[in-house]
Amino acid sequence: MFAKLKQVLSVAAKSVAMVAVALLISSATSHAEEKKAQAGYPSWGPQFTLPKSDNKCVHDPDFAKTGKCVRDTAFMRRNHMELLKHKRDRTMRQGIRTKDSSLQNCINCHVTKDKADKAIKVSNPKHFCASCHLFVAVKLDCFECHRSTPETPKGSASIPKIPAHSNLLAANTDEAKNLKNFLSNHAKEGVTQ
Amino acid sequence: MSNISLKDQYINKTRRDFLKKAGAGVTTAMLASGITLMAYPDPALAREPNEGVDPTKRWGLLIDVNKCTEDCNECVTACSQENGWKLDGNPAVDSQWIRKLKIKNPKTGFEQTFPVMCQHCANPPCVDVCPTGASFKRADGIVLVDKHICIGCRYCMMACPYKARSFVHEPLEDQKSHAPRGKGTVESCTLCVHRVDRGDQPACVDRCATKGHGALMFGDLNDPKSEIAKTLATYATKQIRADLGLDTGVRYQNL
Ligand code: SF4
Ligand code: SF4
Repeated sequence: MFAKLKQVLSVAAKSVAMVAVALLISSATSHAEEKKAQAGYPSWGPQFTLPKSDNKCVHDPDFAKTGKCVRDTAFMRRNHMELLKHKRDRTMRQGIRTKDSSLQNCINCHVTKDKADKAIKVSNPKHFCASCHLFVAVKLDCFECHRSTPETPKGSASIPKIPAHSNLLAANTDEAKNLKNFLSNHAKEGVTQ
Repeated sequence: MSNISLKDQYINKTRRDFLKKAGAGVTTAMLASGITLMAYPDPALAREPNEGVDPTKRWGLLIDVNKCTEDCNECVTACSQENGWKLDGNPAVDSQWIRKLKIKNPKTGFEQTFPVMCQHCANPPCVDVCPTGASFKRADGIVLVDKHICIGCRYCMMACPYKARSFVHEPLEDQKSHAPRGKGTVESCTLCVHRVDRGDQPACVDRCATKGHGALMFGDLNDPKSEIAKTLATYATKQIRADLGLDTGVRYQNL
């Protein structure tokens, strides 16, 4: 009898925990959803933070309306690590550097700032990743090597401006001419990098 | 196409053009006597840039030792700034991405200085000995450490004849986002792979040129039309410890 009760209780406790985790882990949500999520917050939960809904999302121009990140929130809650792992191998081994599922982009968007408007690091329990990972006691290894805050675009670390092939363009070769033509044609069509 | 940069579109276009010209035939490149690299360009295989590295390329460096001056350390500084590593004045544990060497002929007193970094060997001993597969050579010849699976055993540091690798001993924070590095893993020159992938040349090459020395040249060793391949075809150049048969991607001129 007691064993049975214990079992029921532990199952119940587990599902409460699962629901709580599901509530707490979130990717991008709209402002209204953000408020809703915070209202439904158990007081014993982690200090978790959502990206601001005015953040521009690289994946979806309608982000502020849809609140949808790389994939929908439910998918991200369960599978963000799979996406990251898949992408990590493709970038590392095959040099594929698309923005989709790039950890750098997660970090740039899911940024939490302190009172001094400075991005907080993963060592702070309010950091987007840290908040949930601390709560569920799953150790985060990513930030042993990766930085946990957006990088100030500065110097050569910034996103390259066309022409990245500056040395190539400077040369007076056929290749340089082709590149210049190609760039100017595209500039006419309003395509930017 | 929206997240494909213009530059990549351009590279892709020229690649397709090249492949069209090459047809479905087989091109064979002679890298060095006795070593023949076979490539099979097929127009059907022309790829979009989000499909990764081009195996027909082999990136390399040519270092003109005559143009490298003794008092200059700019390539090392540029590398450190670009990749976010620092020297703490402790050679036993300091990073070894790139360093200036000085050699002297004891008989004549003739001295030369030049930078040495990972030589991006075609037959890399570091990859041979790595028990996890963390050390690997990309299809375009760049040798890297996959820190996700490196266990920090440091076999590769032992195996590298150029002492090009080092180990991170202390926890790090605020790394460069394009150059992740952390405690317990081995690191070495990446040939600025993040810059190469976006169509730029390595930071050291850039800096040496802007400082007016122009001692470093970067390019595709496999492309006979590239400046580096032309120079290699015209002038006497050397690989350090060529006797080891590693077929390094970094070559030296006037050494
Ligand atoms: S120089 Fe050393 S680290 Fe670089 S590829 Fe050769 S053996 Fe590996
Ligand atoms: S230290 Fe890392 S990269 Fe080097 S041999 Fe060991 S596992 Fe491989």
